[in-house]
Amino acid sequence: MQPLESAASGRDLDITLSGSWTAPHARVLEPLVEAAVREARGRGVRLDMHAVTEIDTFGACLLERLARGSSPGIETQAFGVPERMRGLLAEVGRVGREAQPLPPKKKSSFAGIESIGRATVDAGRDLVVFVEMLGELSDALLRVLRDPRRLRPISIVYQLDRVGLQAIPIIFLITFLIGGIISQQGIFHFRRFGAGDYAVDLVGILVLREIGVLIVAIMVAGRSGSSYTAELGSMKMREEIDALYTMGLDPVEVLLLPRVVALICALPALTFFGSISALFGGGLVEWLYGGMSPAIYVERLKDAVSVTHFEVGIIKAPFMALVIGIVACSEGLRVKGSAESLGLQTTTSVVKSIFLVVVLDGLFAMFFAGIGM
Amino acid sequence: MNAEPLISVRDLVVGFADQIVLDHLSLDVHRGEILGLVGASGGGKSVLLRSIIGLLAKQDGKISLFSIDRDTATQETTRSIERRWGVLFQQGALFSSLNTRQNVEFPMREYLRLSEKLREEVALIKLGMVGISSEDTGKFPAELSGGMTKRAALARALALDPELVFLDEPTSGLDPIAAGDFDALIQTLQQTLGLTVFMVTHDLDSLYAVCDRIAVLVGGKIIVQGPIETILACEHPWVKAYFRGKRTRETTRTLGQTTH
Repeated sequence: MQPLESAASGRDLDITLSGSWTAPHARVLEPLVEAAVREARGRGVRLDMHAVTEIDTFGACLLERLARGSSPGIETQAFGVPERMRGLLAEVGRVGREAQPLPPKKKSSFAGIESIGRATVDAGRDLVVFVEMLGELSDALLRVLRDPRRLRPISIVYQLDRVGLQAIPIIFLITFLIGGIISQQGIFHFRRFGAGDYAVDLVGILVLREIGVLIVAIMVAGRSGSSYTAELGSMKMREEIDALYTMGLDPVEVLLLPRVVALICALPALTFFGSISALFGGGLVEWLYGGMSPAIYVERLKDAVSVTHFEVGIIKAPFMALVIGIVACSEGLRVKGSAESLGLQTTTSVVKSIFLVVVLDGLFAMFFAGIGM
Repeated sequence: MNAEPLISVRDLVVGFADQIVLDHLSLDVHRGEILGLVGASGGGKSVLLRSIIGLLAKQDGKISLFSIDRDTATQETTRSIERRWGVLFQQGALFSSLNTRQNVEFPMREYLRLSEKLREEVALIKLGMVGISSEDTGKFPAELSGGMTKRAALARALALDPELVFLDEPTSGLDPIAAGDFDALIQTLQQTLGLTVFMVTHDLDSLYAVCDRIAVLVGGKIIVQGPIETILACEHPWVKAYFRGKRTRETTRTLGQTTH
């Protein structure tokens, strides 16, 4: 026997229900109910429920659909309803009557264009946020400089330890490998022109001017920038930032300034160590792969690079640190209530700061070429 | 009442590092009742709840749910048990990246093969049952008030029509009116859906109003359990302080007037 059987009697429709009307059977029941609703359109319906063995909210919901969908205006009569099911059916009926159907989902045929427009507006807003954050940080810095007691040395030192000291091993390792790779590539390709020794110039200039600072900045953006964003974001979610405001403290001064200051101090130092390590890696490859003794490597390096090259690299570091810090902090403060938004802002923070670091590096390259450095 | 208890805990020992939180604790929950568990803050109420639902490992003892021993059950059996209960966490634990309706739909989506239309309909009905209006079903957890979060979390706990519901401090953080409403809601749902409720609470009004039985957890053991009269008659100093302290005199007196 089918769980739902209908038979016409005169103008009315008799529907007999049986079996279990529960969630596992809902897939079978739903089409039957839909068919019955179509059949019952404009007719009175009598529901016989005495053979229903069990029912849950899902079944009750389907019955509610049957009762409501069949004939507007005409009450559906149900009889033989087992006593223990009455409460549930009544409750579902009550809620079902009160519930408003969900508004249909908005569908736009211009979704593509709309998203381009939104992205453009967002990019503009990002610029404003960046400038705002720069302003707020400068303002906080000025306040702190005027009243040095408000400087938070412990906080700064703690952050320096986190973003500086603890980053040293990984920075050493990565830059060492990069230096070695550049050196190997230089030797391999320059040898064909009989200019294998010039690989030293390649390593020296490239590492000191560009690669050293760039690799370190990208590493720091991924390592410390992301952790700043996640920290500030979760503080925002847990209303810790609001708590600071209510105590009359400025989160920019308390949380952001020490972080950004630490980053600005740490990045040049890391760049220095990173460059040394890369030169060391380059030298090792020259010795083992290129057959150049370390003494000659150092000698050649002295000829190839000057303090200017080093300066060009190191000057960029604090600016890159500032960019990373501003992006990380402003993305952190944009986190909303959900875990998803925390993840999203952290990703955005890293992607955006790496992008800006590379753009900044390009601008510096043009600038230094312009002034002849 | 069914002779076989729905939850049966025997000689349960749970501890962290060198500290024993639950010390040979035994407790039964029978089908169709609302059991209220009370105890001091930090006394192990939540630990008991979390060990029953399997979030905390026990050191010794036996826990059976629906007459199935957790230790000997296969993974599949455990999963099928988990479908038959719902848990309301203290902070709601709603998924923050889903909106209220999607939160309720989530367990249905995972466990049941339903059409999207029916799933949506049932989710709205569940949310309606706990008193969340249709306009609010699109809100995200971060936009909900404390009371609404609890209600939405209850709706999610009820999503699969469970037989057993665990409530961890359902009325904490609610104003007395909202807490009263919530008590009434739990009672209505218990009656219409035939639920068994295991409720950890500090709210004396809930204990008086909705609980069929109360168990008192002190020093890692259940020192007394039974209907409210039994608890009030208990002479244990902690129980006396809890139920007959200054803050509770009012409630007790009102109860005395209505029952006599």
